Amino acid sequence: MILNGRKISTGNAEGEALVTAMGISFYGGVDPETGCVVEKGHELEGQSIASRVLVFPTGKGSTVGSYTLYRLKKAGLAPAAIVNLESETITAVGCIISDIPCVDHIPIEKIQTGMRVSVDGERGVVEIS
Amino acid sequence: MHLTSEERQMLAGEHGPATRKAMEILTALGTIYAAERMVPVTSVQIAGVSFDNLGEAGLEFLSEMAAGGGQAKVLTTLNPAGMDIENWGAMGIDADFARNQERVIAAYAEMGILTTCSCTPYLFGNLPHFGEHIAWAESSAVCYANSVLGARTNREGGPSALAAALTGRTPCYGLHLDENRRPGLTVQMAASLTDTRDFGGLGVAVGRAIESRQLKVIPYLRGVPAATVDQLKSLCASLATYGGLSMFHMEGITPESAQFAPPDETLVITQRDLDEAIRSLDVFPSSEEVDFVSLGCPHLSINEIQRVAKLLAGKHVRKTFWITTSRPVKRIADQMGYTAVIESAGAVFAVDTCCVVAPIKGRFKALATDSAKACYYASAKNNFQTRFLPFDEVIEEALR
Repeated sequence: MILNGRKISTGNAEGEALVTAMGISFYGGVDPETGCVVEKGHELEGQSIASRVLVFPTGKGSTVGSYTLYRLKKAGLAPAAIVNLESETITAVGCIISDIPCVDHIPIEKIQTGMRVSVDGERGVVEIS
Repeated sequence: MHLTSEERQMLAGEHGPATRKAMEILTALGTIYAAERMVPVTSVQIAGVSFDNLGEAGLEFLSEMAAGGGQAKVLTTLNPAGMDIENWGAMGIDADFARNQERVIAAYAEMGILTTCSCTPYLFGNLPHFGEHIAWAESSAVCYANSVLGARTNREGGPSALAAALTGRTPCYGLHLDENRRPGLTVQMAASLTDTRDFGGLGVAVGRAIESRQLKVIPYLRGVPAATVDQLKSLCASLATYGGLSMFHMEGITPESAQFAPPDETLVITQRDLDEAIRSLDVFPSSEEVDFVSLGCPHLSINEIQRVAKLLAGKHVRKTFWITTSRPVKRIADQMGYTAVIESAGAVFAVDTCCVVAPIKGRFKALATDSAKACYYASAKNNFQTRFLPFDEVIEEALR
């Protein structure tokens, strides 16, 4: 299945989807040392986002979160790609400075955790294989 | 989104990798917020300076942008750092933190950015005029620039402000456009405002009222007969902190207020509302346990420092008392002899920094200040209790 969306950050990646219906705060909500979600009560609490295609509606929290994504990337713990319903400043800027492909305006309910997903950042396309 | 040929060259990497990265950030934001084009900016204020907030990752990103040939194209100044750059030892900052903070400052300097670390750039030469398009981070300065100066800026984050500096552009959306600067709520003042603390309290009352609404609106304040620059900077910091506001109008005082009729929907702020807002931050009852006193959030003007010197002359403080201001304003205080008076009273100048961004968690129990913004961060970030007092009484508290 092919889902057409909007380019936010360029690049190609493939990986196993990790999906949540909740927003993600990278600053404070994800541990930059382990790549695990640490926000209390979050659906993904305790799970690692490293090398996954991370699918969530939109980001939230402090703008310093962009630097958390950059730090995850440097540590080899960043998501392979990010797919959003609606990207906001923190996630978009974080993906661009970290060279993480990112696409938004995707109907994310069509993607389930564990699916193999490829993301084409340049064309704004997500493909479920 | 329409890009000029020069902007397309930047995006294609013809001006180097740092400029390309900067233009990628700006076009992505332009896409998200449906900007039709970029707008040239004449001034930038960058946040993300304190190593306490940036961390190793932020520092690495800045170093990479500097190494990639990034150079500021317009007048650019910095937000406060985590320490007094020249006198960090006296502030009790450890050497590792100082070394990292110095690396952050060096990376910015390499990019041609003025390393005046202050939240009040408009007090010393980064002063845009009415209608100028600018790209500022630092929420209190954003609110001041839009409201008091009539310049136009969205509330930028650290990377997007840096991107604006390196390209001289920002995507044209939000507060850059006339239609988004209209007031949506009249705020009628029925309380009297006498000093910076009261204006901070007003910001708390109005900010909280707007924060609780579904849709954010720009308030149109009526019934404030006069306001000084110092009082307005206090109000701006508070409105931004408690209401996430980037702009307000004040009848007869701010330059765009005359363009608009007051909106029909009205919120009245009574003396009781103001008193309650102030009391909600003044949570520490006894003066014995106040162990930290600070003035200068936002950074003190020379006018305020003159007042501090007058009230401290010939006296001696009995508590840790930080005077936080910018380096240029401190130099005027040096020249006029105010610094000598204040330091011989035992107060400490913490220049380039402030009690919000310095790494002081665990060092104090209770802060006395005239700043509503400082109260918020003292409580949320550092777990201090707070006394929220008028300016002159803060000084009395230090002497007590």
